[in-house]
This record gives sequence, structure tokens and C-alpha cells, in this order.
Amino acid sequence: MSLDTLPRTARTPRRDHPPGRRWRSRVDVKAMPYVLVSPYFLLFAAFGLFPLAFTLYYSLYDYDLAGTTEWTGLGNYAALLVDEDFWNAVVNTVGMFVLATVPQMLLALFLANALNKRFRLRLAIRMSVLLPLVTSVVAVAVVFTQLFARDWGLVNYILSWFGVDATNWRAERIPSWLAIATMVDWRWTGYNAIIFLAGMQTIPRDLYEAAAIDGASRRRQFWQITLPMLRPTMIFVVLNSTIGGLTLFSEPTTFYNGNVDGGSQGQFQTVAMFIVKQGFREFDYGYAAAAAWLLFLLILIGALVNFLVVRRIGGTK
Amino acid sequence: MTNWSPTVFTRVMLGVAVLLSAFPLYWMLVIASRTNADAVAVPPPFLPGGNLGENIVAVLNNEDAKFLLGLTNSFVVASIVTVSVVIISTLAGFSFANLAFKGKNVLLLLVLLTMAVPLQQMGVVPLYRLMVSMEWTGTLKAVILPYLLNGFGVFLMTQYTRQAVPMELVEAARVDGAATLRIWWNVVLPAVRPGMAVLGINTFMLMWNDFMWPLIVLTPDNPTVQIAITSLNARFSTNYTLIFAGTALSIIPLIAVFVVFGRQIVGGLMEGAVKA
Repeated sequence: MSLDTLPRTARTPRRDHPPGRRWRSRVDVKAMPYVLVSPYFLLFAAFGLFPLAFTLYYSLYDYDLAGTTEWTGLGNYAALLVDEDFWNAVVNTVGMFVLATVPQMLLALFLANALNKRFRLRLAIRMSVLLPLVTSVVAVAVVFTQLFARDWGLVNYILSWFGVDATNWRAERIPSWLAIATMVDWRWTGYNAIIFLAGMQTIPRDLYEAAAIDGASRRRQFWQITLPMLRPTMIFVVLNSTIGGLTLFSEPTTFYNGNVDGGSQGQFQTVAMFIVKQGFREFDYGYAAAAAWLLFLLILIGALVNFLVVRRIGGTK
Repeated sequence: MTNWSPTVFTRVMLGVAVLLSAFPLYWMLVIASRTNADAVAVPPPFLPGGNLGENIVAVLNNEDAKFLLGLTNSFVVASIVTVSVVIISTLAGFSFANLAFKGKNVLLLLVLLTMAVPLQQMGVVPLYRLMVSMEWTGTLKAVILPYLLNGFGVFLMTQYTRQAVPMELVEAARVDGAATLRIWWNVVLPAVRPGMAVLGINTFMLMWNDFMWPLIVLTPDNPTVQIAITSLNARFSTNYTLIFAGTALSIIPLIAVFVVFGRQIVGGLMEGAVKA
């Protein structure tokens, strides 16, 4: 498109184009789109592509504390697959993920449904359920760790009203998972509810009106209209939670005072913590890199499974 | 239309949700304003005490904690990353949304793919080795650089620009003889400001909260605020008032941002979710 052949509008100042103007504007139109996206892709090459490729490279070598490196091929992967500590971390990660995500999704759905009604102070209430999201993860984990303390924690105190003996939340596997899942859910339930709410508001209201005329109860409307129509949003939320949940790090680390061991027996060490421990506490870079690839594989599997589950949900007859 | 008015059960549920969301923050204030003896008392104290100022001063004056440095560092890191990510994303978003060029769809797909990869965890070993070889470990540079890559930002700004800047506007500016950068500055920037605000707030909060990477690449001598809390927690594990005063300080900037921009945050989240 040449500028000179186009009719001039009143807004265009009349002036002679200096020589080379046309050439410059051609270059501008052709090249500028690439120039504008180039900062992102340069960063992508440096901090995205390079680390990914080199993670693969590192994972094929054996590093030790003395600084010697040795080619091992798939040795690190083979060792990981029979490493009890690695499997312990996988079990912990998946366990906490399931323990956190299932109640979180249900609560978020019902909360979103409630937030979708008409009531006063709507924005204030929506903002307050988002409050957990904007507080810092470590701060929150510190608070919850104190709440779950054995001797003076509020949780044990309240449980004592019901005759439950003081639980040592950090010492055992399932209680520690419960405490950490509580932190995760506190943080993310409101956020997911807001996302679900956004999805719910795109559902045409006349669907509900028609259902109400046909005599469908509210509960039935929720299961037969809201849920199936919400499926795209649900896929987004579940994939997001899968990536976040399987890379869980801050909460369990803070629960053990910033230590990546995940408890005296590693009862709440996640895969992300395992990677940091291997790579940056024991300086076995190759092993950590291989574990990172296996974590990626785990996320892919998790995302696929969840995707299939969500596709079935609300697939009403 | 009875469907849209809440039942008693719904009202109760909303009330409980609000209470539960606020409680840990209230608790932070309770402990941060008490004495250490109160913090480990049974039954626990339920109301704030009068020592908040004293405890905050104690945290800020604690030589080992480097808390003030942590707050400053976090502010520097989060601000630099936020400004850079917003500019980079707005430029790329404009290009993807309004300009025609070869390979656009492939590049856009690449952006989407990078969003799905948890690069922070995946690439941690080479990134660390890179920082070591550049002798950047322990410096803020090491924390800032990897986060300038933000696929979500480019995606968000592409979507936002598509909807906020009609193609006719860009074409008209071109006919008027405006060069691409000029169009960006005069036409696109004013129109996409709300999207930039959402992305900016988001990025700032993300950076303020970041934990794993700074824990690896920084030392307690030059911490971000999250690392400073972690060292407090590790060194003074029973000094709850000190730790809690620190956590309270660490979330004040976030709460301030939230109070000022809450409406935009809620709106931005909801809009982003529907478009994604």
C-alpha cells in the first residue's frame, strides 16, 4: 500500500515527501511487526528455550560435589525411577494435590453460584474472597503453621472442644497433607470461585427462565444448566490448578521453616522440593534436571487425566 | 425470577466465606500485636493487643533479619519486572493484534505453549548455572531477568488490544502517514491502558510473592521480603511476635494495592477468564 496514491484527507498535512520516505514506510510496515515482538522472543530464547534445552543436556550427566562430571546417558532417569525418595515425593505431591483440589473445586463452584445471586455489597464480598490471593504465600504459610502448632495452635484448641487429642500436624503424613491442603485451598478457592463466576455470567439467563417455567428446581438447574455450560471455564481452572498443584513448593517448605526436606521423614516433600534439594543442597545438577523432566511428564499426565475427567462432568444425558 | 435472590443458606455461606478469607489476616494482626507469652498461651488470645508498634520496630531493627532491605529489594524487583513486562507485552500484543506479518500464528502459538510450561521449575538448573557463570548469584539481577519472560502478559495484551483497538483506527492512522511506533504511542497506548493496569497489578503481586527462585539464587544477606521472612522463621522459630510483625509488614503493600485497585483486579480476572 503506497501512501502517495491514496487520497489525502483533511487531516494530512500537505508536504513533500523527502526521497526515501516511501522506502522507509515500506520497511516500517514489513519489519516493525517483527521488531515489536522481538523483545519477547529474545527473552524467550534466553530464559525459556535455553534452560529447557540445557535441562535435557544436564540430565544426561552425572555431577558430584567435587565438581567432576561424567556422561551417564539415561542413568539419572533410571536411578530416579528406583529412588524411593523420588517416589515418596511423587506420592506426596499427587496426594496433596488431590486432597486440596477436589474440595477446592466443589467449594469454588458452590461459592461462585452464591456470588452470582443478587445481594448488597456485591463488590465488597467478591473482593474479600480474593483477599487470600493477594496476600503473600510465605506470610500465609507462616500464619497457618502457627495455627496448626501442636501445643498452642488454634486448630488443636478448637478440636479439643470436641474431645480430639492434640494432633502433631507436622509429624505425620496425612495430618501434614491436610494442613498444607488447607493453606492451598484458603488461597485459591476464592480465586477459582471468581473465575467460575465469570463463566456463569456468560450463560444466557433465558435458559434458567425456561427451566423454571418447566418446573425445574434450583438444584436441578445448577446440575443440568450451570455445570454443563461451565465446562470450558472448568477446563481452564482445572489445568491451572494442575500446574500449580503439581509444582507446589512455598507452602510445604515454609511449613518446615524454609527447609526443603519436607519433614523429618520427608512426609510432605513435594517433587519441586526434591528438585531443589538434589540440585541446590546436594549439588547433583544432573539428577535434579532429570527430576525436572519427570515433573514435566507428571504435569502432562495430570493435565490429560483432569481434562478427560472434566469433559465427562456435566455431560448430561 | 426468584432464582436470582439468595436463600438464607446462600447468605450464610457467603458470610462464612468472607470470615474464613479474612481470618488468617486478622490472626496475623492479633499475634503481631501481642507478646510472645500470649502467642503460645492456651487458650489462644482472640483480640489484638497493644504491642504492634513495638514488634514492628523490633523486626525492622533486627540486624540479622535484614527486613528493611528485604522490603526495599522486593519493591525494586517487583517494580522493574512490572514495568518491563507491561512494555514488552503491550508492544508484542499490538503487533499480534493489529499488524499483519508472516509467521504470526506460529509465533502466537509458541507464546501459548510457553504459558503451559512451568519454566521456573523446569529450567531451574541451567538458569542457576547461568547466574553462577555470570557471577550474578546473590544479586537482584538474577531474580529479575528470568521473570521478564512472561507469556501470559503477551497473551493478555494481545486479547485486550484486539478488543480495544479496532483495525480501522490503525488503518486510518496509517493513511494519515503515521509510522508504526507512532501508532502504538498515539492510538494503541491510550486505548489499552486498563489492560496494562490489570497486567501490571498481576505481575507486581506475582513478583512480590515469588519464593522458590529467590530462595535458590539469593543469600540471606541480600534477601527479598519472602526470603527475609523465611530467615526470621528459621532463626527465631519461637519468637512469634517478631515473625508475625514481619509477615504483617510484608503484606501491607499488597493490601494497599488491593484496596486501591480491587475493582480492576476483580474485573480483570473475570474478563481474562472468559476470554481465555
